[in-house]
Amino acid sequence: MTDLSARILSGDPRAIARLITLVENESADAIPTMKHIYAHTGRAHVIGVTGVMGSGKSSLIYELAVVYRAEGKKVGIIAIDPTSPFSGGALLGDRIRMMELSTDSGVFIRSMGTRGMMGGLTGALYDAVDILDAAGMDIILIETVGVGQDEVDIVKIADTTLVVLVPGLGDSVQTIKAGLMEIADIFVVNKADTPGVEQTVAELEAMLDLATAQTRAIPIVATSAKQRQGISLLKQRITEHSEFLKQSKQFETRRRQRYEAELVEIIKKRLLAFIFDEATLRDTVDRCITQISNKQLDPYSAADEILGRILK
Amino acid sequence: MVKKIRVLVAKPGLDGHDRGAKIVARALRDAGMEVVYTGLHQTAEQIVNTAIQEDVDVVGLSLLSGAHLTLFVDVARLLKEKDIHDVLIVGGGIIPQDDVPTLKKAGIAEVFGPGTPVDEIVSFIKKNVKR
Ligand SMILES: Nc1nc2c(ncn2[C@@H]2O[C@H](COP(=O)(O)OP(=O)(O)O)[C@@H](O)[C@H]2O)c(=O)[nH]1
Ligand SMILES: [Mg+2]
Repeated sequence: MTDLSARILSGDPRAIARLITLVENESADAIPTMKHIYAHTGRAHVIGVTGVMGSGKSSLIYELAVVYRAEGKKVGIIAIDPTSPFSGGALLGDRIRMMELSTDSGVFIRSMGTRGMMGGLTGALYDAVDILDAAGMDIILIETVGVGQDEVDIVKIADTTLVVLVPGLGDSVQTIKAGLMEIADIFVVNKADTPGVEQTVAELEAMLDLATAQTRAIPIVATSAKQRQGISLLKQRITEHSEFLKQSKQFETRRRQRYEAELVEIIKKRLLAFIFDEATLRDTVDRCITQISNKQLDPYSAADEILGRILK
Repeated sequence: MVKKIRVLVAKPGLDGHDRGAKIVARALRDAGMEVVYTGLHQTAEQIVNTAIQEDVDVVGLSLLSGAHLTLFVDVARLLKEKDIHDVLIVGGGIIPQDDVPTLKKAGIAEVFGPGTPVDEIVSFIKKNVKR
């Protein structure tokens, strides 16, 4: 057992923070500790919160965290913002809505940049969730980027996915991308203190009525993070969803999906590192590229050759 | 390994606006850093806990209201009390030259007055991060 593992398992915030940095930096130093703590993961309920920018995701996460804290639950929060593809930098501003929680020792908040990962997540997200889980968080809330609206990957990691909408979104809820509609375990219509809530809820209901092949009615919860309305009800719906998952065996199915996605992610990274970083194959790769440029080789044959070297 | 410099830009105290802090935050992002921004009215304790959870390399404090002597020094002291020595602390805002030596002695590595070109701040950080 590494010293860092023991500190993670005891919930030491500095250890948690440092290990998340190591996984974000794809440092090999993280791996022994990740292996050690793994047996202690899988307990936390992971909640994904997605929806357009400005819909109130950060504010809702803050309010939910307050409700969970009142029950004595420990809460981990991961807030993702986009990394600039030009500079590689990122402005991570979700904490602005959560500062009241930063002196509560039962809450750990981490802001992360996407660092080139598509789908509104970050490559280190699986690890970060495992770390918070092993450190004893009961609830882990993940805020996705919220720009592209194509953030369906969150379902690969979340047990419960909340899709946050606001009243008067353009002309109707029809404008929301189909993919985002399908991933919702719960719809949240936030900013219910502003005009048009009833209409948005009604449109959503109508749309859900049309949707077929549902094993479960998707609840719609109107909230106002600003006025602290509907938050307890939202929490209750989340708990009900968690119970539904466990009774219907979907919990196991979802977790298997998550572990598969995590495994694929790790293998992809290692394979790419093996091909492009290691001294052994780098020469072959460079030679193939030269031959491709000279039109002596096509990229498919080059891929055959490189993969052949690994698979032999 | 893809190490990025992580910076916390925080505004302690009672200042009413954060235009300057936001300009600096954007400039640091454009220089490839990950910048955690916390908004207005932070206590020293909130800033230090945030710095820990976010595992930042740099804490940048900005203040216009004249309370820098206590607030900046509080942040530096709290970090030291928690045995954190690998975080670079820098300050900015309206700060009289006479106060700079006191701040430096307290552990603020550099103080940037209004109108400091952001490039200067970027290169200071790049040169002085401790890990
Ligand atoms: N009127 C109203 N404004 C809200 C509500 N929830 C959040 N906001 C505001 O909406 C803006 C965006 O909120 P934020 O939580 O940052 O949204 P995010 O981008 O989805 O994380 C902020 O100015 C919030 O104060 C709400 O329930 N009602
Ligand atoms: Mg947000």
